[in-house]
Amino acid sequence: MMPDLGKYAFAVLSSYGVTIILLSVIVVISFWRARKVRAALDEIENRRGN
Amino acid sequence: MSLWEYANPVKFIRTTDKVLPWVWALTGICLVTGLVWGFFFTPDDFRQGSTVKIIYIHVPSALMAINAWLMMLVASLIWIVRRHHVSALAARAAAPVGAVMTMIALATGAFWGQPMWGTWWAWDPRLTSFLILFLFYLGYMALWEAIENDDTAADLTSILCLVGSVFAVLSRYAVNFWNQGLHQGATLSLDKEENISDVFWFPLLVCIAGFVLLFIALVFLRTQTEIRARRTRALLAREGQA
Repeated sequence: MMPDLGKYAFAVLSSYGVTIILLSVIVVISFWRARKVRAALDEIENRRGN
Repeated sequence: MSLWEYANPVKFIRTTDKVLPWVWALTGICLVTGLVWGFFFTPDDFRQGSTVKIIYIHVPSALMAINAWLMMLVASLIWIVRRHHVSALAARAAAPVGAVMTMIALATGAFWGQPMWGTWWAWDPRLTSFLILFLFYLGYMALWEAIENDDTAADLTSILCLVGSVFAVLSRYAVNFWNQGLHQGATLSLDKEENISDVFWFPLLVCIAGFVLLFIALVFLRTQTEIRARRTRALLAREGQA
């Protein structure tokens, strides 16, 4: 299944590896911060509502 | 219905909430299809060997690095002219995504350049303008963080964005202005003779669509977050005054 990358395996796999890591980091951070900020806003709005 | 209705934060959040699941689903489909197709089912290039597979991440990320800044430019101009907070916050939300795209383009370019050019880095016009664009992204994000007042931060970052646009345009056209660099000309061309072979072109198009959709999904999500964060700061400030 894995294509034969020959002598360029390091260059190709490193490129894909770095890309997957960086994209995963920005996606995870974006969701994590979205959740955190939403929870903080909900808490303040509930407090003000009471 | 006017486009400016979406400058209303509540309307923006409500609309993007409905659209986001579809954008995420399409992003996943395009990215997985394009990358699997490109990595596993395309042949090696007769000259560049298997390194041609790097094109499926290098070109889309470089494209988005430039276009993210151009999107920030449009959003900044809207802020300067019409003072819509959502547009300023959208520009702020897009910056880290653009910075990541620029990092990917620079890193994959280095990995590709080493076996092809014999060097990880060269002070080539396109590479150098890309590095400067990356520094502009960092400066833009730092400026937002450094200023407490949201409106002042939006004003100053908008001006920085206008200045940085010179480098975003240079990153795109540097290879046409100066011919002494190592970097090749445009990979994507409407000229059949110049364009890459269809066997590489079609999976590349799918990958580009995936990166564009990923950018849109992240900017929608992050803009929602920035809107909520702004409201949180405003409420806390009101509580502090009371």
